[in-house]
Amino acid sequence: MSDETDMIAEATGRIFADLADPQVLNAAKDEAWKAPLWQALEEAGLTRAWVPEEKGGAGLALDAAFEILRGSGHYAAPVAIAETLIAGWAMAQAGLDVPEGALTLAPARARDTVAIAQDGTVSGKARSVAHAADAGHVVIVDGNRVALMTPETFTATPRDTDMGGERADLTFESAQPTSSAELPCGIAGVQLIGATARACQMTGALESALALTTDYTGEREAFGRKIGKFQAVQQNLARLAGEVAAALTASGSAADTLAKEALTSDAVFLEVAAAKIRVGEAVETGVAIAHQAHGAIGWTQDYTLQRYTRRMMGWRDDFGTEADWAVRLGTHVAAAGADQVWPMITMR
Amino acid sequence: MQTAIRFDQKRLPDATEELRADVRAFLADEIARGTFTPGKGLQQDSFDRGFSKRVGEQGWIGMTWPKQYGGREMTHLDRYVVTEEMRAVTAPTWCHFVADRQSGPVILKYGTDALKEDILPAITRGELCFAIGMSEPNSGSDLFAASVKAEREGAFYKVNGRKVWTSNAHRADYMIALLRTSPPTKENRRHGLTQFLVKMDTPGISVSPIEAMPGMTDFNEVLFEDVMIPADHVLGEVDGAWKQATAELAYERSGPERFLETFYVLTALTRELGPEPDLRGAEGLGRLVAQLHTLRRMSVSVAGMLHEGKEPVLESSIVKDVGTIWEQELPAKARTLSAFAKPDPTNEQDFDDLLDFAALVAPKFTIQGGTTEILRGIIARGLGMR
Repeated sequence: MSDETDMIAEATGRIFADLADPQVLNAAKDEAWKAPLWQALEEAGLTRAWVPEEKGGAGLALDAAFEILRGSGHYAAPVAIAETLIAGWAMAQAGLDVPEGALTLAPARARDTVAIAQDGTVSGKARSVAHAADAGHVVIVDGNRVALMTPETFTATPRDTDMGGERADLTFESAQPTSSAELPCGIAGVQLIGATARACQMTGALESALALTTDYTGEREAFGRKIGKFQAVQQNLARLAGEVAAALTASGSAADTLAKEALTSDAVFLEVAAAKIRVGEAVETGVAIAHQAHGAIGWTQDYTLQRYTRRMMGWRDDFGTEADWAVRLGTHVAAAGADQVWPMITMR
Repeated sequence: MQTAIRFDQKRLPDATEELRADVRAFLADEIARGTFTPGKGLQQDSFDRGFSKRVGEQGWIGMTWPKQYGGREMTHLDRYVVTEEMRAVTAPTWCHFVADRQSGPVILKYGTDALKEDILPAITRGELCFAIGMSEPNSGSDLFAASVKAEREGAFYKVNGRKVWTSNAHRADYMIALLRTSPPTKENRRHGLTQFLVKMDTPGISVSPIEAMPGMTDFNEVLFEDVMIPADHVLGEVDGAWKQATAELAYERSGPERFLETFYVLTALTRELGPEPDLRGAEGLGRLVAQLHTLRRMSVSVAGMLHEGKEPVLESSIVKDVGTIWEQELPAKARTLSAFAKPDPTNEQDFDDLLDFAALVAPKFTIQGGTTEILRGIIARGLGMR
């Protein structure tokens, strides 16, 4: 990690710690906390990290901004930081000006129908779009095109189940974009960046789930002692630590690779696929262990673990699930043949 | 809310790629001349002194040690590359691997100058095989319960007792044994054990084989009856062996050998599934490759941190825990994923047999080199829970 990356991680951590303490947000009656948090992130240049300086952004390296996302995951990312970063990156890639304020982008879910027609209008549905209500604009990606949409051009229906991030289903009917352009890297490029972004956020959230769980088991007493002193509990938490370690490594490795290798390289494909798969698996195992150790309290709204659980599980499904990426990776490995498995592993 | 767990982004330096190419060419040559069959290296009785001597000629044993003792003063990252390339094809490294990984480094650190000059260069030439004398009938995971006694008698120690599960004892030239020189104290139950260098042809040592479930015969019981060991063969502090295992353990726990013992199953599965697998085969293969990639990145990270002089004790235990679980599950997963594969008929027998063997080997992974329960205790300590 470079000094720049360290500094950014520290700045991110400070802002979230000051303005987005999960306990405080969880108890808040309204969303008065949101504007100051967003403003602080904007003023620090963190929301436009991937927008080049000539377009008014911070022009940071990819891996530096992935640290912002892991940092946001430590606080269960209550604002559209990832969505704004990814959408801004896609806009900049297409040579478009990036509008002020929060952004989101769609589709994040595989098999969504939203599409840009020949005449440039947008139609179809995008499911479970995060932070659609906060965003001043939604960036639609279809094939090799991007289109910038304002909230008046679609209807938003909140999801029945709250997976965090204020997700909504967006419906477009021959909607007219504000601007639109060709995206050289295509939706495949956005998926690579998006998947890594989610992997980094999930990693941060898993780290916090581990910290919450070690703290809790170090305080809670049962049968006359702290439950963290029971070997059965220790063994479970050690497994959780293993999953956190795998997530840290896989997402960090993908971020590092994206910063150094071409977006279309085999190295990037392998690393991003592996990160989205392995971090998603870590979430599945990790969430179960964290909740098991917490008992009933972990299942309540009042306790902060749910903030992490919801978002981690929601993030798993964005920009390709574990299964989506695994089929792609497995198909690639099989086509290359058995003798190439080892060279592929050692290439990285 | 950062955790205490740290896996820095480390990659093997570009300079190691030349070495990797050399090792691959060497191994391809050994395979071509019939020394071993890739994937079958463990299944065959693969103890091969000739192979180890040829590895020694390449300078790949003790390669991190001082030149004075036959080493090449290369880095542990260089050694990492050699180890993983050998493991990936199940090269028959039996004769030299233990000496290279742990016995040599212990002698280098704690041996007398005479011992170092006598033994280390011979190890690097691939001429000496080492065994590890730790486990006993009543001391396995609880190493500090070891009871094989070493009593001082003049310039010697007289040794009596029984070691078990001692790999390669029947063909080893030396053993590094953990022996009891004093009783444990009330304050410190780890006190009283000492490491010794034991020459295996010393009178009074008898070795009898213990056959393992998959049919391997490298396990042994070693009986010591009034065995006289010179006092200058003590390695390190008398009664203080418990202080002597830290950095070495991190290498042992986090190295590529911890998750590559059944790597051949993944290669064979890929071959079995063919170039266009069904959805289930593709998904399963993709997950296994993602998991292995992540494991290796974790292992390389620990190697890189060790190289920088850090002490990733927690992290190396995590690598072993996550790694052995993965390799233990691999044969079962491969069996499920291949269930409906339509393989090349000439290949089927090979795959089933490899899978059977791997399934019988797999139960040992979470036992050898620190059981999963013990490792998780160490991880819990690293998390501040104990």
